[in-house]
Amino acid sequence: MAVATDRETAPEVRPGGAAQVSFDAHPDGYRHWRLRLDGEIAWLVLDVDEAAGLVPGYELKLNSYDLGVDIELYDATQRLRFEHPEVCAVVVTSGKDRVFCAGANIRMLAGSPHEWKVNFCKFTNETRNAIEDATAHSGQTYLAAVNGSCAGGGYELALACERILLVDDNSSAVALPEVPLLGVLPGTGGLTRVVDKRRVRRDRADVFATRPDGIRGRTAVQWRLVDELVPPRRFHEVVRQRAVEAAANSSRPAGATGIELTPLRRAVTEHAISYDHVAAEFDRARGLVTITVRVPDEPAPSGPDAMHARGAAFWPLAMTRELDDLILRLRTNEPALGTWVIRTVGDPDTALGYEKLLTDRAGTDWLASEILHYYKRTLKRLDVTSRSLVALIEPGSAAAGMLFELALACDRQYILDGPPIDDEDSDERASITLSEANFGAFPMGNGLSRLACRFSGEDEHLAWLRGEVGRTLTPAEANELGLVTDAPDDIDWEDEIRLVVEGRAALSPDALSGMEANLRFVGPETMETKIFGRLSAWQNWIFNRPNAAGPDGALRRYGTGQKAVFDRKRV
Amino acid sequence: MPTAINYQDKIPNNVDLSGDRRLQRALEGWQPRFMNWWAEMGPALQTQDVYLRTAVSVGRDGWAHFGHVAPEEYRWGIFLAERDPDRRIAFGEHQGEPVWQQVPGEYRADLQRLIVVQGDTEPASVEQQRLLGLTAPSLYDLRNLFQVNVEEGRHLWAMVYLLHAYFGREGREEAEALLHRNSGSPDSPRILGAFNEETADWLAFYMFTYFTDRDGKYQLGTLKESAFDPLSRTCEFMLKEEAHHMFVGTTGVDRVVRRSAELIREHDTLDIGPHGGIPLEIIQKYLNFHYSVSLDLFGSETSTNAANYYTAGLKGRWQETRRKDDHRLTEDSVLLDKPTAEGTWQQEELPALLALNLDLRQEYIADCASGVKRWNKILAEHGIDFRFALPHPGFNRRVGVGAGFHVTPDGTIVDERTWEAGRSHWLPTSEDLTFVRSLMHPVYERGKIASWVAPPRNGINGKPFDYQYVHLA
Repeated sequence: MAVATDRETAPEVRPGGAAQVSFDAHPDGYRHWRLRLDGEIAWLVLDVDEAAGLVPGYELKLNSYDLGVDIELYDATQRLRFEHPEVCAVVVTSGKDRVFCAGANIRMLAGSPHEWKVNFCKFTNETRNAIEDATAHSGQTYLAAVNGSCAGGGYELALACERILLVDDNSSAVALPEVPLLGVLPGTGGLTRVVDKRRVRRDRADVFATRPDGIRGRTAVQWRLVDELVPPRRFHEVVRQRAVEAAANSSRPAGATGIELTPLRRAVTEHAISYDHVAAEFDRARGLVTITVRVPDEPAPSGPDAMHARGAAFWPLAMTRELDDLILRLRTNEPALGTWVIRTVGDPDTALGYEKLLTDRAGTDWLASEILHYYKRTLKRLDVTSRSLVALIEPGSAAAGMLFELALACDRQYILDGPPIDDEDSDERASITLSEANFGAFPMGNGLSRLACRFSGEDEHLAWLRGEVGRTLTPAEANELGLVTDAPDDIDWEDEIRLVVEGRAALSPDALSGMEANLRFVGPETMETKIFGRLSAWQNWIFNRPNAAGPDGALRRYGTGQKAVFDRKRV
Repeated sequence: MPTAINYQDKIPNNVDLSGDRRLQRALEGWQPRFMNWWAEMGPALQTQDVYLRTAVSVGRDGWAHFGHVAPEEYRWGIFLAERDPDRRIAFGEHQGEPVWQQVPGEYRADLQRLIVVQGDTEPASVEQQRLLGLTAPSLYDLRNLFQVNVEEGRHLWAMVYLLHAYFGREGREEAEALLHRNSGSPDSPRILGAFNEETADWLAFYMFTYFTDRDGKYQLGTLKESAFDPLSRTCEFMLKEEAHHMFVGTTGVDRVVRRSAELIREHDTLDIGPHGGIPLEIIQKYLNFHYSVSLDLFGSETSTNAANYYTAGLKGRWQETRRKDDHRLTEDSVLLDKPTAEGTWQQEELPALLALNLDLRQEYIADCASGVKRWNKILAEHGIDFRFALPHPGFNRRVGVGAGFHVTPDGTIVDERTWEAGRSHWLPTSEDLTFVRSLMHPVYERGKIASWVAPPRNGINGKPFDYQYVHLA
C-alpha cells in the first residue's frame, strides 16, 4: 500500500524504547481524567485527550485508553485512598457525550510489541483489582455511571466497580466485542467477572461476548450485566443518590485528614535507579537487576500521631511507594532484565518496630490499614511479575516479618550461613524472623498467605512455624524449617549464587515465565488468579497466533476495512 | 376480540404479506403502535382529508395513486423494487457472488445496525415537523408537508419490514424501539444529532428537505448497492419517493428566493423584512446552518465502520456500478484536507477504503451546489448582485476533522473569539428566527399564499395551484 498507516509505523516506535515510561502523575497534570471532590463522593471523569497518546501513532478516539490513561487512573485510585480519607464513594463516569469508554485503543494494541501488550494488560488488571480492593477494604465504594456506549475495556472498567448504572436512552449499550471484532479476548478480567462476579449465566455470557453491538436496556439488567437503568434526565441525580447510599455504609472514619503523596525522589541512570529506601542496579550483560530495600536507622515512632505527621515520609509507606514505582518501571522499561535479585539491608528489629506500629492499629487507624493494604498490593505485583525472582539473605539483611514477605514472594530464597563475604572475622550472621503478619496480613491473589501457599496441605508445619513467631532463626534453622531453598556457607556462597543466576539466564524466558506462574500460585483459584492466569495463558496465546496478530489476522486488520483471514483449524 | 386485519387492503404490498404468517404476526403487534405514534407524534393540524400520493405497486406503468385521503387512513404499504434474479454483488470481498436473499449470520449485527440507524431518521423528521401544518403558507404547501410526512412514515414501515422479516425477535424489539425514541426527547432522543433539532419554520422545512433529506438520498443510494438484496430493493423504491422530498426542498427555496427577489425589485431595497419578505442574508444563514448540520450526518471523514461495511458488501458507494475501479479499494488512496493547530489546511493521504464517508460527502456537496446555482440564477434574472454560496465543509462542524476547530464559511481557521464574533453574520440569530417566525401565518384559503413565498409554477399531478388540496377538519 502506498499509504503509511498508523498500524505500520507504530511498531518502529517501540513503546518504552527510546523514552522511558514514567508512572508519575498528579491530578493537576492529568490529560485524560478529571478528579472532582464533592465531600464524601469523588467523581472520576474520563475525558481522554485524543491527541495525547503515550506513544505516537494512534489517536485515543471515543475515550479509548492506553497505558498513559491508565497511569493517571492508578494515580487517582491511590490518592483517593491516602489523600482523601473523607471520600467514601467514587463515581467513575465519562466527560464525553454519549460515549462512556471504548476500551483499550486498538491501534495502540495492534501496533505494540507483544511484551508491551501483555505488560499493559497486566497493569490495567492490577488497577482494576485495586479498585475492588478499595471497595472491599477501604470503605471507598466504586460505582460506574455508564452515560454512553461502553465497550470492551470500558465495560471491564465498569465491571471492577461495585455497581453499574446504565443510562436508559434507548441506544447506549454495554458490550464485550473483542471476540467478534478483534479476534482476541476481553483481557482485563471481562469474561471472568461477567460469570464469577456478576454471575451472568454462562450461555448468556456466551451470547453477550459474541455480539459486536452488546446489550442494552432491560435485557442488560435481566442478565445482570448492569444493576440498574436510569433515564438520562435523572441520571446525575440517581447516580449521586446511589453514591450517597454507598457512602452511608462506609467504614471510613469521620473527620480524618489525608496525607499528601509527595513526588518520589528518584535518580535514574543507565545502570541504576535509586530512591531514598530502595535501589536497583542493572547488570545488563547478565540480564540481572539487584534490588535492595533498606530499613532506616531511625526506629519507628512511638505512636500513630507521628506516623500521620510524617505522612509520605513514614518509612513503610515511602518504601512501598518506591518499590511499587520500581516494579512498574522495570516491568515496562527493562523487559530484557529477566532476573531480579531481591535483598534487604538494615536492623530486623527496627523493621519489626515499624510493622508493629501498623499491625497494632490496623483496625483503628485508617492510615495504618491503608499502608498495609498498599504493601499487600505491591507484593501481589511481584507475584505476577514475569521475571525470575531470587531472594538473598545475608548478614546485615532485615529478613523479618513484612520484609521477609519479599523473600517469600520470590521463586527461590538463599541465606548465607556464615560471616559476611567481605569480613570473615565478623560474627554477624544472617537471620530470619517470622511475625504474625506472615500468616495472613498480606494474602496473595489466591487468598492465602505466602507461607500457607508454600506449605499447602501441611497444616502441622504451619502451626509449628507459628510457634516460632518472634524468634531469630539461624540460617540452619531457616533451612530446616523450609523457609529457604538453600543455605550455602561463606566459601560456597558466591559461586552458588553465580550459578543460580547464570543458569537462570540461560533458560528460555518464555518457559520460565510460564513455569514460575504455574508454581507461584499453589492452592485454590480465585477470581483474581483466574484473571491473571487466563490472561497469561489464553490471551497471550491468542495474541501470538496468526488469527489475531498475523498480517491478515483480526487484530492487525481491524480498522483497515479489510476482513481477517482465519486458519479454521481448532487447536 | 381482536379484529383480523385484511392485509392486502390495509397494507398494500408486494411481499406476499397475506401468505406470510410470521410477518403478519409481527405487524399485528406493530401496526397499532405505529398508529398510536402517528396520533401522538404525527402532524398536529387536524384535517378531513389531504390529496395524497399512495404507493400501490412498483411496476413501470404507474406505481402511485393520487386521491383525497384522511391521513390516519393512509395505506402505508410495503414495497420493494422488482427483483433482478441475476443481480450480483458489485463490490467488496464478495464481489461477483450472487446477492443474498437472507441475512448472513456473520453480518447480522452490522446489517441490523445499519437498518436501525436509517429507520430511526424516518419517523424523526415527522416528529420534527409536527407543528408546521399550523403555519402553512398555502394549501399546496400543506399538502406537500403531509405527503412528505406520510412517506417518511412509509419509509419507517419499509425498514420495519426488513427488521420483522429478517431479524427475528431482536428485529421486532428494535422495530418497537424506533417508536420509543423521539426527536428532541431528553430521555430517549433519536440516534443522530440533526434529527433532534426542531424544524421551527417553513424556511427551515424547505432547507431541511433540500439539505437533510438529500443526505438521506445519498445514504439510501449506498444501501441500494447492498449485497443484502431485500435492503437494496427496499432502498431503491424509497429513492423514488425521496425524489419528491428533494423537489419540495428545491422548489420551496426557489419560491422563497423568487419572492424575496420580487420584493427587492418592487421596493428597490435589500431590506425587505418590513415588506413581508425574507432578506437574502437570512436565507444564506439558514443555508449555512442546514448544510453544515447535514454534513455531520455523513460521519467522520475516515471511518473504519464504513470500510468494514464496504468490504463486507453491506453498503457501497454512490453509483457503485458506474465507477471504473476494482470495487475493492485495497490499493487506492485519497487526499483529505485537515485543519492544523497552526491554522492552515494540510492534505493527508489516506487509504481510499477508510475515506468512504468523504467520498459520499463529496458527491453530496456537488449535488448541493446545483441548488445554489439555481437560486443564484433567479437572483441574476432579477438583476440582483447578491449570490448564495455553500460554506466551507469545515464550517460549524461537530463531527469529523473540522470538529473542535473554528472555521469561517470561507474556510479560514480562526480562534474561538473571532469565530464567536462572526457567528451572528453566519448563522441564524434568535432575532432572525423570531423574525422568520413572525411571518409564519397560516394561509388555508384556496388559491392564496403567504407574503414571503411565491406560488409554485405547477400544481400536483396536473392539478392547478388553487385546487382544494386539503380539507381542514
